[in-house]
Amino acid sequence: MSQSIVGSAFKDPLRFKTLLSAIEREAEPDREYRFMEFCGGHTHTLFEYGIPELLPRNIHLVHGPGCPVCILPIGRVDQAVFLAQQNDCVLCTYGDVMRVPGTNGVSLSKATSLGAQVQYVMSPNEIIGLAKASPEKRFVFFAVGFETTTPPTAMLLKQAKAENLNNILVHCNHVVSPPAVKAVLTDSNQTKNAPALDGLIAPGHVSLITGTDCFEEIARDYQLPIVITGFEPLDLLQSLLMLLRQCKHSQNRCENQYQRAVRAQGNLIAQQLIRDTFELREHFEWRGFGELPASGLKLAPLYRSFDAEAVFNLDIESGPENRACECPSVLRGVLSPPDCKLFGRACTPSTPLGACMVSSEGACAAYYQYQRLSS
Amino acid sequence: MILDIENGIVELAFGSGGRASAALIEQVFVRHFKAVGLNELNDFASISVIGERVIFASDSHVISPLFFQGGDIGSLAVNGTVNDVAMSGGRVHALSVNVIIEEGLSLRDLDRVAESMAIAAMKAGINIVTGDTKVVERGAVDGLYISTSGIGSVNTSVDLKPSNIQYGDKILVNGSIGDHGASIFATRNQLQTELRSDCCALNKMIEGLMSLGLGIRCMRDPTRGGLASALNEIATQSQKRFLLNQASIPIKPEVNAIAGISGIDALNLANEGKVLVFCDSNDADAALDYMKSKEEGKDAQIIGEVCAQSETSFAGVEISNVFGGRRILEWPWSDPLPRIC
Repeated sequence: MSQSIVGSAFKDPLRFKTLLSAIEREAEPDREYRFMEFCGGHTHTLFEYGIPELLPRNIHLVHGPGCPVCILPIGRVDQAVFLAQQNDCVLCTYGDVMRVPGTNGVSLSKATSLGAQVQYVMSPNEIIGLAKASPEKRFVFFAVGFETTTPPTAMLLKQAKAENLNNILVHCNHVVSPPAVKAVLTDSNQTKNAPALDGLIAPGHVSLITGTDCFEEIARDYQLPIVITGFEPLDLLQSLLMLLRQCKHSQNRCENQYQRAVRAQGNLIAQQLIRDTFELREHFEWRGFGELPASGLKLAPLYRSFDAEAVFNLDIESGPENRACECPSVLRGVLSPPDCKLFGRACTPSTPLGACMVSSEGACAAYYQYQRLSS
Repeated sequence: MILDIENGIVELAFGSGGRASAALIEQVFVRHFKAVGLNELNDFASISVIGERVIFASDSHVISPLFFQGGDIGSLAVNGTVNDVAMSGGRVHALSVNVIIEEGLSLRDLDRVAESMAIAAMKAGINIVTGDTKVVERGAVDGLYISTSGIGSVNTSVDLKPSNIQYGDKILVNGSIGDHGASIFATRNQLQTELRSDCCALNKMIEGLMSLGLGIRCMRDPTRGGLASALNEIATQSQKRFLLNQASIPIKPEVNAIAGISGIDALNLANEGKVLVFCDSNDADAALDYMKSKEEGKDAQIIGEVCAQSETSFAGVEISNVFGGRRILEWPWSDPLPRIC
């Protein structure tokens, strides 16, 4: 029964203890370490296994912006709601997106109760079947996510084009990771409020697609220890140990802890798919960062007829974000979730005001659980 | 009028109260339910309960799809309400069954469901004594909804409730968690798996357990929202803190795999044949041994305990993993939504 978890080599308690002891030995007691895990998947694993409280007190984990729903700006959520409200449209998206509040707190979930048509999908591939079954409707895929979720959207576009399924559209919110990593690091070097980062736990599944080049470049340019990391609890501990060792020897390299999955050149087929179907936007808005240059994707000209942004007039006026919401600073790693006035009071996982409280990969949602534990 | 059960469909007229209704009731429901006590077609049934407190429970069933691995909406509707009554620690006597049918449902499917209800009632040893049938126009319901109510009785000395729970009590479960939710998820997403819903009646095991005279404080069936919801609910009602041991919670590898694919925590997945038992720590081993001796409880485990007063800084549920790390087991907000990546 539960032995299948316990017995898995990547969750082995003995190895876990050994790694934890090694971390305790390697961490120099007279200094503080600030390591950022960029990816929300890592944040989730860290909190699921209670790892932060098991680490030496002088190792601080800073949670990065690598949570696809957390970085969705309010305007894009409003556009999704608008599309879902069109008579002949069904908006298709991943489940986590449903509860992200847009202007006046209207999320897709709330809009659905008021009559908007939203269908959540596990994979964009499902939309092919939906579109064939109901040719009188238009199915708009609200595509979110980093390099990891981009290839499936590319596959959807290719198939829709090949089969001439003109009732499939894509509203593209795909983003690329390196510009956000650079923005965080530039921020952390310049902000006086938050001390600089000592190392970066880089996203394993993003690297699986992109390859390791981009993170090697960042390690070099920003003089920072980086470890590309897998998503099991032992992966994260090993990665922390590798970062500590780099710190000790003043190295600033990009190492690959996730060798069982990530190759230096990445996934060439996926890269080609992305090149075929998308192109870089000049800039794209990230919640917390504002407009970042060359950080988002849009559909390539060849796929213009499938582009919801080209087909609909999406010039919608969005309201302001909740002024007290500190999601922007949390996403940049400048503030910790409990530093926000709304945290745990007005804003909880049941009543999210900011996007970081919505997804289990969001720093606020993860912290909310941890915080109550230690109080 | 003889209905064509094999090829026919339910028409609006079958719910009109006329002869068509009578034909449907007679040829589908009475045909199956007469074996489990439905003889007199009155609008009421009478049951004699002497010297005991009456237990009354009600539940609606709207599951999609109607048929799934390990059960169907019929067995679910019977077992669900039987289990609700059984959580009182008493005996279950009889059920009422109300069906709301969408016109166009095949008579064959309706017949299968009615048969399945009769079989479930027989296994649980209870009667179906009264009911009602409505047919509504296409689109007003999705195929078939079933609402059941159950009557039972319990000795006046027995009063199971969350406020009975004491510091140091043990928490037991009668088997693997999440089988129902995971198998429904697999059916909906066309995942090939051997996994079956755990849908079954627990009243016989519970009657046996209660007859042992152990310090049973409270019982609950962790249905929608799974173990996490049920335990949080009880923690709030009893103002206690529970600590679970992850390694001792029985979860099948298939359920873990589906939880991994869907991003849904197995502890949030629904169960339809599980009971959480809060028990005096001195009696926990005896309760466990008894449950393990029954088919419905052969994989039973002690999964955690009620924390001491000194450790109860808040009412809620915590879970410790094999590494010694702890986390709060959240009360899920709604039906679990899968993560993105």
